[in-house]
Amino acid sequence: MKKVGIEVSLAIAEAAKLARVEVVSAYPITPQTHIVEHLAELVADGELEAAYLNVESEHSALSACVGAAAAGARTFTSTSAQGLELMHEILFIASSLRLPIVMVLVNRALSAPLSIWGDHSDVMAARDCGWIMLFCENGQEAVDSVIMAYRIGEDRRVLLPVAVNIDGFTLSHVIEPVEFPDQELVDSFLPPYKPLFTLNPERPVTMGAYGMPEIYTEAKYAQEMAILNSKAVIKEVMEEFGKVFKRNYRVVETYNLENSELAFLALGSINENIKTAIDILKAKGTNVGLISLRLYRPFPSEELLEVLKNVKRLMVVERAMPQGATNSPLFNELSAFAFHNGLNIIMENYIAGLGGRDVDPQEFVNIALNPFKKDGKLNYKIIGVRE
Amino acid sequence: MKEIRFHGRGGQGAVTSAELAAQAAISVGMYAQAFPSFGPERRGAPVQAFLRISETPIRLRSKIYKPDVIVILDSSLVNSGNPMEGLKEDGIVVLNTNLDEESIKRLFPGRKVAYVDALKIAKEEMGVTITNTTMLGALVRASNLFPIEALDEPVRERFKNIAQKNINAYMRAYRETKILGE
Repeated sequence: MKKVGIEVSLAIAEAAKLARVEVVSAYPITPQTHIVEHLAELVADGELEAAYLNVESEHSALSACVGAAAAGARTFTSTSAQGLELMHEILFIASSLRLPIVMVLVNRALSAPLSIWGDHSDVMAARDCGWIMLFCENGQEAVDSVIMAYRIGEDRRVLLPVAVNIDGFTLSHVIEPVEFPDQELVDSFLPPYKPLFTLNPERPVTMGAYGMPEIYTEAKYAQEMAILNSKAVIKEVMEEFGKVFKRNYRVVETYNLENSELAFLALGSINENIKTAIDILKAKGTNVGLISLRLYRPFPSEELLEVLKNVKRLMVVERAMPQGATNSPLFNELSAFAFHNGLNIIMENYIAGLGGRDVDPQEFVNIALNPFKKDGKLNYKIIGVRE
Repeated sequence: MKEIRFHGRGGQGAVTSAELAAQAAISVGMYAQAFPSFGPERRGAPVQAFLRISETPIRLRSKIYKPDVIVILDSSLVNSGNPMEGLKEDGIVVLNTNLDEESIKRLFPGRKVAYVDALKIAKEEMGVTITNTTMLGALVRASNLFPIEALDEPVRERFKNIAQKNINAYMRAYRETKILGE
């Protein structure tokens, strides 16, 4: 297939079309806007047979998706930052009702100060809502992830919503080469959604009924098992995607890690800049690896343990502030993970790229060569901060 | 990898220029990336757009600080801000100007400058004062990023029934661009 030059946001809308979404509901917010604008265009032009529900807020957008998914439709939404926060309570309802909604979360900083630019403060504030979470490094991964997301979420062994994270602007607004899969292949890979139960007046059911103290724990236990067990399905879907579309994905990706005891770990498109930094370091004779969590929820414990087995020093780069915690969110989770698995790794916490701050690959070269040592009150280093 | 930075004013189509060039490069099998200087756009304010073109996949998502080429769509920008910032020593300035060779030499001493009166061409070929597509002809002439014809398809796709005028404009700019210091 030929690669085309297309803005990643538009490519994502085209991916939703290839996935034959039936209901789209979203409220525009920068930098998500181009995705939903293009979907609206596709629906208006008759190129996508779907109901496009215009709503008055993100809370309503996700609520509409919950209703539509409960009625058995394949649904799509997308948001950013404050929009995700406005959806917050419905995030839990979507996952608890086991509705395989797919949301493209165009990562953006949370206000205040008002910032329309990218970081991961939005997703980190919603990381434990029972959604499967994928992260993408480039436009091709975003397109492929949207298609895989439906296949994963709608699998009867899973039945959970999936958030596909893409970085605002540095990914969403970039024109880059994307190879679109054939509709026929997508159709064979992703058959129509066959829900287990639907809201239907002919066969009434209740969804989200009262969970009395006698049953609530069991309901939450069942939901937890569902997300934990989803990992096997996610791996299966990625493997099959590779067979059908010849692009291979793993839940934990690595770069130049084979001979490195020193590794970066980060989420999203900043990993491309880190890879460039790794190439610069390699040319200078220093071997550094990268661990990229494509899958963030459920947390890919076994796969991470496997790739960490030779790592002695781990540099965790995050685009979110601790907000009063000891360290940034992923670093804290990794610290607990390392402790409970008896890993003897020196871990360093770097915070970078907040509110769209550009991070040049040279910054990562500097980090690799000059390890952070705690000397002040912070347990982490904020790259490039002016005091 | 070639890194190109476009300087224009909001509404002059610098972003569109970068996008069309990226699409042209991708259509001939190269790797390319184009993106705006992200933020609220204001008509008339100086804006930048970025373009990377490479034979190998591009793994870089930061802005362009050390461009190989800068494209200046609006000659008034030469003295406002600093479009030359970071331009490599052997880098090329692609300039829309009606100044003569001597004046250009004085403005950019020792620099390789490709220049064309894109405003005149845009007015005559398209009847507009927007020079973004016209300047693509000068950019390709100066840098040989890809065959000039590679622009035709993305331009037709984007501009539909007014595409031909744009094609005529950049083809003429391609022919009329002069290069200092070559």
